[in-house]
Amino acid sequence: MNEGLLEFLKKEREAEWRIELRSKMKNKERTQLERIHMPEQEAQIRNGNFVEVNEGLTEEQALLEASRCLDCVKPTCITGCPVGINIPKFIKKIEAGEFLDAARVLKETNALPAVCGRVCPQEVQCEQVCFYAQKLDKAPVAIGNLERFAADYERNSGKISVPKITTRNGIKVASIGSGPAGLAFAGDMAKMGYDVTVFEALHEIGGVLKYGIPEFRLPNNIVDVEIDNLEKMGVKFVKNFIVGKTASIEDLKKEGYIAFMVGSGAGLPNFMHIPGENYIGIYSSNEYLTRINLMKAADPQYDTPVISGKNVAVIGGGNTAMDSVRTAKRLGAERAMIIYRRSIEEMPARVEEIKHAKEEGIEFLNLHNPVEYHADEQGRVKSMKVQKMELGEPDASGRRRPIPVEGSEYIIDVDTVVVSVGVSPNPLIPQSMKELDVSSWGTINVDKDKMQTSVPEVFAGGDIVRGGATVILAMGDGRKAAASMDRYIKGRVREVLTLIGEFKSIGEILDFAR
Amino acid sequence: MNRIIEKEYFSTAVVKLVVEAPHIAKSRKAGHFVIVRVGAKGERIPLTIAEADVEKGTITLIVQKVGVTSIKLCNLEEGEYITDVVGPLGEPTHIEKVGTVLACGGGVGVAPLLPIVEAYKNAGNKVITILAARKKELIILEEQMRNHSDEVVIMTDDGSYGKKGLVTHGMEEVIKREKVDLSVTVGPAVMMKYCTLLTRKYDIPTVASLNTLMVDGTGMCGACRVSVGGKTKFVCVDGPEFDAFEVDFDEMLLRLDSYKPSETEAYESFLNKYRKA
Repeated sequence: MNEGLLEFLKKEREAEWRIELRSKMKNKERTQLERIHMPEQEAQIRNGNFVEVNEGLTEEQALLEASRCLDCVKPTCITGCPVGINIPKFIKKIEAGEFLDAARVLKETNALPAVCGRVCPQEVQCEQVCFYAQKLDKAPVAIGNLERFAADYERNSGKISVPKITTRNGIKVASIGSGPAGLAFAGDMAKMGYDVTVFEALHEIGGVLKYGIPEFRLPNNIVDVEIDNLEKMGVKFVKNFIVGKTASIEDLKKEGYIAFMVGSGAGLPNFMHIPGENYIGIYSSNEYLTRINLMKAADPQYDTPVISGKNVAVIGGGNTAMDSVRTAKRLGAERAMIIYRRSIEEMPARVEEIKHAKEEGIEFLNLHNPVEYHADEQGRVKSMKVQKMELGEPDASGRRRPIPVEGSEYIIDVDTVVVSVGVSPNPLIPQSMKELDVSSWGTINVDKDKMQTSVPEVFAGGDIVRGGATVILAMGDGRKAAASMDRYIKGRVREVLTLIGEFKSIGEILDFAR
Repeated sequence: MNRIIEKEYFSTAVVKLVVEAPHIAKSRKAGHFVIVRVGAKGERIPLTIAEADVEKGTITLIVQKVGVTSIKLCNLEEGEYITDVVGPLGEPTHIEKVGTVLACGGGVGVAPLLPIVEAYKNAGNKVITILAARKKELIILEEQMRNHSDEVVIMTDDGSYGKKGLVTHGMEEVIKREKVDLSVTVGPAVMMKYCTLLTRKYDIPTVASLNTLMVDGTGMCGACRVSVGGKTKFVCVDGPEFDAFEVDFDEMLLRLDSYKPSETEAYESFLNKYRKA
């Protein structure tokens, strides 16, 4: 943690209300309290509906959980947060019963607290470095659940605060993509007074938050409230607009945009290239989830169809695979299976998602790999051949390498398959901007500290840079890009002012500014 | 929301819509398509851009009533709005001077063929265009095609207009008569398959513009995947045009029928509601 930040946090910690709160309860009493378990819908009921699994903490529960936080002198939790939320401050606001203030603290650094409180992997971020986990070997303070509580409380109160915007500078900047990276970027830039427009290719704002993450984990109306909030801050949203196709970055420059943040996300789904993978009923997880989440294919009122059968196999072990398999169960699958080539310990999905999936009756076929698919005369998938695997020596990722077991193949009946083995970056922006430095994977190369690309006025973040990561890392990138874009623009303005000071001709100045 | 400026019936089943879309009109090239959604509960379908007018800021779409979405679209009137139009998508047609181009269009496939014909003609090629349909009423864009082609051959299944026979009969006549350097085929998948079987026999390089199912149309979902030369390709970002000799048309034909049962059901329930209204 840098000195300046620590100084600032110390000063805040010495505020009268914080001292008073600390004196209310001894640390020993605080640490005796058990972490409050998030109430959730009963597994055998929820696996038949799309209502949120987690029900949120009650006020009493939130007060109790907040009082577990020791308001540490050196709040290490903050270092675990990609967007740098002032964690002790918002938790102490909850303990003080000032829930609306708690939400305000969250929104100082986080454009989407209700989203992050639901989908962030806190167990490997803020909560992992909480004093309880680090030094006391106890369950950490439920920072994520408290974040969700404060954000939900504010939303339900109808008294949503809009961050104050001091002055508007009228400088036009654009975000390409309206997913987590783009929204976090837009929020920060708007706060700094910029005229921000977010361009979205689809007909709905929110990117992966809308088409990817299912309702039972992140309801769309919660995303919409956060987007409304950004609109109230002056952020403009343009749907059905693909930068690089509908208009180029050059065209937008002519319309007055001077800097860009590319947050176009993960595009192309990966397939395994095994025989029969193009049979009917075999989807990428992107397609399966988009049909259901964005296009509402499971609702007969909507026109988009989807095939979701009785025997559904989802290939992969990440969060997207869990989202897909739990969706399939909810759509009536009798067998909803995860097929993953490594053991359960090596699964990249969040522990909570795996736990929830198991409770809901998802079968886990670990150390299994699909080899080929078989279809009926109409080309509809009817079964798949899988091979058992065993673990060998660790590979480059540090996980033990799965090795096929010869002669272990057998057939499983399936009528729907969802392939969830990762994505490759969306090719549209790199395709349309040849001067952009791109890696051999297709991700955009950036200066990691600034999120600046090889084109100085173009910044990038999220999956288009990382290849495939989380909502919160994308948001962290968006915030970082906003801060460095602001520095970049102000630097340019200063240079122009210097030229004016040097009595350069208008022509020279315009040449430079261009 | 994109306003419909002009609507014209080519036949009872085929409608031409001129739609306000200034950015798309400016950016589009031959071969490009758009994704369209009708109504808040509508699905996303791809439609190729037949023409564009940069000054008026409009694009022209030609739609055949085949299912729920296309009927909803055809039922919109002048002055009404299409809920969503996004594009232009796909890779533009690769245009060069090759000599003689045999352009074959079937049904509403003639619409996407029009800008391709225009572009090949402007690049200095001799363009012979074959327009094929079941019957006279379904032949579209004949005049526009004549404006950009050196010769237009009309084929109808029932002989009600032009020559009687399939598109391949018309093609073979031309191929036997003169040297063809490139064939372009756009239309129903089964037609493109047979066009390709013919041109393969005569060893004429062939390009097919594929009309697969799509959802997002921007490379995200993979609904449009086809096997080309044994590799999986995405029509929306790698296509829509491919070397026809490499395309697995049989797989594509199967995939096009992915939702046949539910589509038929949806179509019938829609028609029932529509008749009652």
